Parts: sequence; C-alpha cells; structure tokens
Amino acid sequence: MADIRGSGNAIPSKATPSKATMGGGDAGFVTTRLEELLGWARKYSLFQYPFVTACCGMEFMAVAGPRYDLARFGAEAPRFSPRQADLLWVVGTVSQRQAPALRRIYEQMGDPKYVLAFGTCASCGGFYDNYATVPGIDKIIPVDVYVPGCPPRPEAVLDGLMLLMEKVGQGKRGGALVVPPREVPAMAKIRKKGTAVFFGQERMAAEKALTEGEAPSVGELLEQSLAERPVESVTILSRDGEPKKHDDHH
Amino acid sequence: METNYEELDEDGQLELPAEPMRLNMGPSHPAMHGTIRMVLDLDGETITDVDIQPGYLHRGFEKSCERGTWNQVFPYVDRLNYVSPMLNNVGFSLAVEKLAGLKVPERCTWYRMVLGELARISDHLTCNSASAMELGAFTPFLWCIKTRDFVWDILEQETGARLTHSFGRIGGMAKPPTEHFKEHTLAVLPQVEESIAETEALLLKNRIFLDRMQNVGNLRPERALALGVTGPVLRSTGVDYDVRKANPYMFYKDVDFDIPVGHDGDNFDRFMIRFEEIRQSIRIIRQCVEKMPDSGPVNVDDPRFVYPDKSQVYNTIEATIAHFKMVMEGVKVPAGEVYSYTEGGNGELGFFIVSDGTGTPYRVRVRPPCFLNLQACREMLVGDMIPDIVPTFGSINMIGGECDR
Amino acid sequence: MSKKVLERLKAQLGSKILATSDFRGDDEAIVALKDWLEVARFLRDDAELAFDHYLDMTAVDHPMREESGEPGPRFDVVLFVRSSTKNHRVRLRTRAADGEAVPSLFPVWAGASWSEREIFDMFGIPFEGHPDLRRILLYPEFQGHPLRKDYPIERTQPLVQYRDVDGIDKLPPFGPDMGQPWTRVDWAARMHGGDVQVSPAIGAQQGQRPALSKGPEYTLASGDKNPADAE
Repeated sequence: MADIRGSGNAIPSKATPSKATMGGGDAGFVTTRLEELLGWARKYSLFQYPFVTACCGMEFMAVAGPRYDLARFGAEAPRFSPRQADLLWVVGTVSQRQAPALRRIYEQMGDPKYVLAFGTCASCGGFYDNYATVPGIDKIIPVDVYVPGCPPRPEAVLDGLMLLMEKVGQGKRGGALVVPPREVPAMAKIRKKGTAVFFGQERMAAEKALTEGEAPSVGELLEQSLAERPVESVTILSRDGEPKKHDDHH
Repeated sequence: METNYEELDEDGQLELPAEPMRLNMGPSHPAMHGTIRMVLDLDGETITDVDIQPGYLHRGFEKSCERGTWNQVFPYVDRLNYVSPMLNNVGFSLAVEKLAGLKVPERCTWYRMVLGELARISDHLTCNSASAMELGAFTPFLWCIKTRDFVWDILEQETGARLTHSFGRIGGMAKPPTEHFKEHTLAVLPQVEESIAETEALLLKNRIFLDRMQNVGNLRPERALALGVTGPVLRSTGVDYDVRKANPYMFYKDVDFDIPVGHDGDNFDRFMIRFEEIRQSIRIIRQCVEKMPDSGPVNVDDPRFVYPDKSQVYNTIEATIAHFKMVMEGVKVPAGEVYSYTEGGNGELGFFIVSDGTGTPYRVRVRPPCFLNLQACREMLVGDMIPDIVPTFGSINMIGGECDR
Repeated sequence: MSKKVLERLKAQLGSKILATSDFRGDDEAIVALKDWLEVARFLRDDAELAFDHYLDMTAVDHPMREESGEPGPRFDVVLFVRSSTKNHRVRLRTRAADGEAVPSLFPVWAGASWSEREIFDMFGIPFEGHPDLRRILLYPEFQGHPLRKDYPIERTQPLVQYRDVDGIDKLPPFGPDMGQPWTRVDWAARMHGGDVQVSPAIGAQQGQRPALSKGPEYTLASGDKNPADAE
C-alpha cells in the first residue's frame, strides 16, 4: 500500500486516530485493514458536487438518466454544497472568469476529496485554446481522473468513475488517472508491443482470429479486457510528476 | 379562514417592513442549469431589481472562427446551443451557402429538415424536463431523458456522434442518409409522443407545479419585441413569429404545421409551447420523411466547395491535390456580407458572416437568441419572488454556450 | 416588399442615407455616425416601416481599411431590426473610428442595451448615452478587446495563478500552428508593419521575418508576475 500512495501524499486523516487507539498488536496491519474498509465504504458512497458549465452537461444528464443510470455506482446523490461533497465533477469548459469560482469550491470541500475532469475542455481546454478559457482545470486544482471526449460518451464516463472508485477503494491519494482508450483488446495489446515485426505478425494473427470462427464473443472480449486491465495499466503520476513504474506490458 | 392573504400581502398589511438587501446568486448555483450570476436587490423576498451577469462560459467562439477555415467553424457552432447542435449546423451551412450562392440538392434539404427537427425535439425535451426537475419533479426528467436518448440514437446512427455532430458541410452534409434512416426515425416518434403525453399527465394537474408556473415571469409582447426576444419566449406572449412560417427557408413552406402561441407570456405558456412544438416537429418529420427521395445526391456538384470523394482522393493525383488545397487553404467563399437566419431551439438563430474572399472567415457573428431572451429576464423577474427565479430562468432555456459564446 | 424599405428610407431621409445595398437579398443602408440615432428612431416610429422588433447589433473591425484604399474609419457597427407587423427587415450600418463614441440606441429599443455592452466589451467602442456601459462577457480586470483584429487569440489573462506542478502542460502534438490553415492572417504583425501575411510558422518557412506576436503570453490580471517570464 505504502508505495502505491506515492511520495508526499498524506494518509487519509480519518484513519490516523484509529491507529493510535488500536495500538497494541500489529498496528500496521490493523491500520491497513481499516483504511481498506474506509476505502471500500467511500467508494460506494461518493457524494458528488456537479460543477456543470457547458456542453458536457448534456451527457452528464444522460449518464444520470435511466439508460446509463449513475445510481448503480452509489454516486447519484448530488450535494449542492461543496462542504458535503467528496467528489467534484467538473463538467465542461472552465473560462478564466469562472476559474476563481472553481478554485473556491474545491477549497471548500472537506478531505478526502476527489476531482473528476469530465470532457476534453476540463481535461486540457480542448479546441478552445484562446484568450477566454483555462487550458485544463489541472491548472487550477488537482485532478484525480481525466475523462477525455468532446463530450465523452456515457460509457467512458462510467469507465472513469469505476477507475476512480478503484482508486478510492485502495485509499490512494494523489496521482492522476487517464481513462484509457476503449479498444479491441487483441489490437490494443499489439499496439503496445511497438516493433514493426511484432506488429505485423501479431496483427495478422489477431485479424485472422477475429475474422475466422475463433473470434471471441462480445462477452468474452469484455471479460478479457477487464481481466487485462489492472489499475496500473493507466498512467499514474505521483505528485512530483514522475511517472510511476508500472507493469504495463504483458 | 376567510382572510385572503394574497391581497393582504399586496397591501402590505401583513408584511413587516424590511430593509433592502442585496443577494448574490451564482455563478454556480444548483437550481440553475448553466453558469450565470445574478445580483438581486430584495425587499423582503420580493425582487426589486436584478443585475444578470452572463459571460461565465465565454469561450471566444467568434475569435476562434477567424482562425480556421470555413469548414472548421462547424465544430464550434455545434457547441453554441449544445442542446440542439444540428440546428446550428444547418443554420451555419445555410448562411455560407447564401453568401456563396449555392443551392443544395432536394434530398439534402429534406434530410437537414428531419435532422433539425429531431434536434429541436431533443432541445425542448431537455428544457422542459430540466424545468420540471428544478421544481422538484424528478420523474419527468427521467422519462424525457430516456426519450431523448432514443432521439439521439437516430442522430448517432446518422452522424456518428451523440451530441456534437459537426455534420453540416458547405453545400451539403458530411454523409448521405443511412439505409434505415426513415424507418428508424418513424419508429422513434411514437415513443416521443408517448413520453410527452405521460409527462403532461403527471404535471398538468399538479397544484404545486401550476402555482409555480402560471402567472409567474410574465412578459408583455411589446416589451418582448423591443428587447429582441424570439422563439418560444416571444410566442408565449402572443406574437406568432416563427422564422419557419414568417420567412420560410428550406422547404418549410411545403410542409403543414402550426405555430403554438400563448397569451400570458408566463412560464406555463412557455412550458406548454415547447411541448406543442415537439408535436409539430413530429408532424413535420413525418411529412419530410414521406417527401424525401430515397436516392440522389446530397452534396452540390461543385468542386470548389465540396470535398472530392475519398476513393478519388486515394487513387488520383488530381483529387489528392484538390483535397489538400481545400483542407489547407480552406473553401474560398466569395467576398461579401450576409445575414442568414433560421429558427433555432431558442429563437431566431442568425449568422452574420463577413468574407474577404479567402478560405478563412473574416468575421462570424452569431445572433444568439438566448442572449437576448436572457436580457428580458430582468423584466420577468422584477416584482416576483426569489423562488420564482428558478422556474422563470428554466423556462427561458438559457444555454451557456450560445448565450456567452 | 424588400425594395420598399430602402426606397422609403431614401425618399424620407434623402442625403442621410449614404448608400444602400441589397446583396443576396439583405437590405442594407449606411448612415453617418451623427445620424445614427435619428435614423434608428425613424425606423421605429415611421408608420410604414414600423421596425418594432429589435434583433441584433454587432461590429466588424477593419483595422487596415485606409491602407487598402477604401476610405472610412476602423469599425462598422451593424444593426438588425425587423417589423413584426409588416414582416420586413433591414440592416443599418454606420462607421466609427477607434475611440469614437456611437450614440446608444437604448432609448429606441431597450434590447440594444446588452448588445452595446457586448460591442464595448469585444471591440472597445464606447456608446454615448448608454445607462450602464461595462463589460458583459469578460471580467472587469481584462485588458484589451479580444475581437479587435490585433488582439492575439492566445493572450490569456488569468485571474487565478496557475498551479506550479510539472506534467500539466498542454502539449500540442505538432506545434503551435497545428491544424491552422494557410490563409490565416496574423493581423497583429500586419498592422505593426510586418510583412508576415500568414501564420508565423508558415511565414518562417517562406523566409519572412518573424511575426510580432509570439505564441502564448500570460498577463496576470492581478498584476502579478508573468509566469512565463519567471522561468
């Protein structure tokens, strides 16, 4: 756990007193377990503050709507006071004029707090790279998960939310996740290999597998992709900006 | 028991004297979709004056347009009124075609009309359901969003994107209609009808809903005209101005539909007009689908404006060069200035475009209907109470991308 | 119908109408700045014209109009109005030099208020007689007027100091001019005597001297130090 947390990141403050009170025996063990418990509890009861500014709000509505049903993830209850929320959704473009408001809302949230950048504009400013907009909210506040897309499809949003839940569940603080592109798993693996020979051979094999009868069903592909995507398959940056070492290649 | 408290309130008999107060609302207020700030001057709970401050979503649309080519403007217009992007696409296409003197094929025009009316349905569904949600009625929101997803399915099938389509092109559309366009469209319409009928059944007998909507946020027609109000907000005051009827563009003069008009100019009228417009849009779509030819070109046959076919681009040097020049230099639109206007989701969506004859727009000005509708919000709110802000603001359907650009 | 408006204007106002046009069916009349308010009033009050529906007002910046040989000051101010009873519309245009005040049309159509504030915000054209002339889309601390051709599009004026963290820079994949068309004009360079007609990268390829506007500049509205300079 400790090395995942990265350098310079505070242990969630709620866990600290319990370490003291449960002092005897294997204190480290107890603390870890409690943190895990807290993380598990937290990840299914994210109280969100939707900071909805722009176009992505339409997709946000769709995610909250019946078809995609955000309620399944225990994150549907909006709290319109930042003091009661622990997940800040920044949905849409943040203009320079809006930036102080966003900053203030973030500062008003109590720890532990998480930020999800919804859409390209919130992630990096998108194609509004001009005098009026902030090129990504990470210029103003730290971000936990970036969900690219203009606007992102609801599936991508749910993907991002699940990544965040994973992160919350493991009690990680700091470091940012980027929702990886959704690809055919077989092809995705090949792209990571990099070399031309590998690429050609494996690609042909994969295409053959896909076109001939051996092609896996959608369900199998899904299972495979879930199994093949550990948390570390996305870039995790620690606070000081160094990409953490992770086992990306199988 | 017999005391009429409302009258007493107006006479000030029950009201204790209150000192004037100034209250800030926004720019990120939960009860208001969109980002806007209002500075209210209050006497008790009654609004004596309000300073509405838009601009929190100013993204430099007009400046950004002066940087790219004419076709690169389409993604930006998508994100103006992002509840009905297709209407903006069509509006901008028509503006450039007016300046260039192009006339798109018949099939394209019908196609644009169907897609535009689908976008209008999604616009009004969103606006009304969000209005209802802000008054505490969450169920209509869920129902309408579900239906809106069905409409978006059609748009996604046609354009590849759920929301920001970037599907318009100068002199046509990016792609011809898909094979099952007509039947899928017709299959969705009954679900929309059912959903708005259900929503109306749920809301229109609800005392709370009616009390908060009826006779709240009134606007008089002559003031609405002077303030530049258009669209459903203008029609709710009794003025029957709809660009589709008053100055028919595309083939709107060939289809049969009605313009719903209110008479009080209050929130309830605006709400009802939007639902009635959905029904009229459905009527229009049914006629368009019937009249739209199944085959034929979608783009004008003019190599100066329309990209060459991709199979040509990959196989012949002439088409490759033409494609390259069009992408890098842009489509050359003749010099001049035109103002072209269509009926957008919120009213008259006008594009005033200035070309200096190069591939880059010299100036693109959009006449944002919400911006002017929002200006009239002050007149609607003064004299009402703080809770009335929420339904009034909701019924204006202020869309940040369009209002602030 | 359309010709009637311009004919009526010419018949009634005579020499006050400097020019008319009906390019692509859009009726337009050009008036001098001093007649702006009077003609607007006439448009609204004349029984045959009855332009009671205010639509829009905007401006167009022509910074080098004189250099290009066409006479006239820098800005065009354009008004769009419509008659709800007669269902006709007209475009009225006047021209104003930099810093020259345009009479406000707020007394004629109340809707002009926000449009004029926007023009003031975006172009810096002052309006005389406007009851509440202040910025509307941008914040009061903003310096300059972005829709003027010589305002570089990249010049941001942040209100909040950006965080000092590595790895949050926005990295364009190809360079500052990625995806930009060749016909893009660098107005700031052109107006300040440069010979760069297109974007700086293309100009450099063609051996022109570099443009005056060099990529993003940060000017903190609070007056703090420019983070780009600090490095």
